[in-house]
Amino acid sequence: MGNGTASEADSGSITQELVSNFKRERESLRRQWVEQMTAHDYLAGLGPEEIESESATIYDTCVGCLETGSYEGAEKYAMRMAERGVLRGMTTEQIIGGLLVLRDVYGRSLFRWYQQDMQKLYSALDTYEPVANTILAIVALAFIEERERVVKQQQEAIRELSTPVLQVRDKMLVLPIIGMIDSQRARQLTEQLLVAVKENRAKVVIVDVTGVPAVDSKVANHLLQTIDAVRLMGARAIITGLSPDVAQALVSIGVDVARFNAVGNLQGGIEEADRILGYKIVIGTD
Amino acid sequence: MRVPILKQQDFLIASVQVGLTDAEWQHLRDDLSAKVGEFRSFGVIVDISSLDVLDSYATRTLRSIAYITALRGAKTVIVGIQPAVAYSMVRLGLSLENIETALDLEDGLAILSAAREGGAGAE
Repeated sequence: MGNGTASEADSGSITQELVSNFKRERESLRRQWVEQMTAHDYLAGLGPEEIESESATIYDTCVGCLETGSYEGAEKYAMRMAERGVLRGMTTEQIIGGLLVLRDVYGRSLFRWYQQDMQKLYSALDTYEPVANTILAIVALAFIEERERVVKQQQEAIRELSTPVLQVRDKMLVLPIIGMIDSQRARQLTEQLLVAVKENRAKVVIVDVTGVPAVDSKVANHLLQTIDAVRLMGARAIITGLSPDVAQALVSIGVDVARFNAVGNLQGGIEEADRILGYKIVIGTD
Repeated sequence: MRVPILKQQDFLIASVQVGLTDAEWQHLRDDLSAKVGEFRSFGVIVDISSLDVLDSYATRTLRSIAYITALRGAKTVIVGIQPAVAYSMVRLGLSLENIETALDLEDGLAILSAAREGGAGAE
């Protein structure tokens, strides 16, 4: 109803007016939102009660931010939702998409209420849009951070996979390595291997690196140290699983590949180890 | 404190029980060299399974022992390098290349026996 530019008092009262409109039309707007989300298939995997209660909470939280000017409620809820969303396997599209739909539902209500009064409409948009955008950014960031945290955890777990040293024959051990090898992991694997050599009185050790994605000169050095240490304990190490590309790369760096005592794959390595230990595989006649 | 050297047929066995000083390592080397000649031993075993540290001087001396005894007609096997010692050695670049090693006394003797069978020919 004002004419001319909005003043402080006006924007304060516009905020209050928006808040009371949103509260008044809560049920119909919320339902509209849920319908649209369903149409986009953003609610897959959620039960009806959950949809009801969550949509109500989100709606109220957003209106609360508009009302109080504080985003604490949104931040808290975002963190909670992020943890649950990720754990439940919801996609970024669902979370962000769902919020964008809500933003549109809120936004269009403004048009519906104030289409007769452009000044008021702009004023309302000026009040509403920053709040909506901030809430969206808060939720998106929380979700992304949670995602990254989970990925980091998984990466750590993979790196720390303690590969067991396996005895496949008397005096023959196999150490299959999966994942990246850094200095710390190399040390842990080597110590593990050396203790196993002692305990199993192994004469041959096969270290398979098929599962190691990147074998660079650092990793090659770790392997060489492992080979030397195993020899000091009276056993022999065979490295298997070096792909031709990797072998070529190592040679071009100048690594002495002969010291690797390498055999192409694990099967070949075991056959070589059999030969060294004097095992003969004979096909039984039944 | 000299490291006792035991004679087992035509093998000599030196078992290092405690960490040795540089001088004691030298004594061990000289003793083994002398005894190989005295007994015309075929093989020598140096058992270091009680050691949890092997420094560069000790490593060099073990190497000398192996070379000197070889010059005097004997084969040396170093036995009992512990996992932690083996790892430290390779990290520090201390190597016992071209020197036979074994897990323990039993394996060491087996290696020497096999070597003796292999070279014995007609007896």
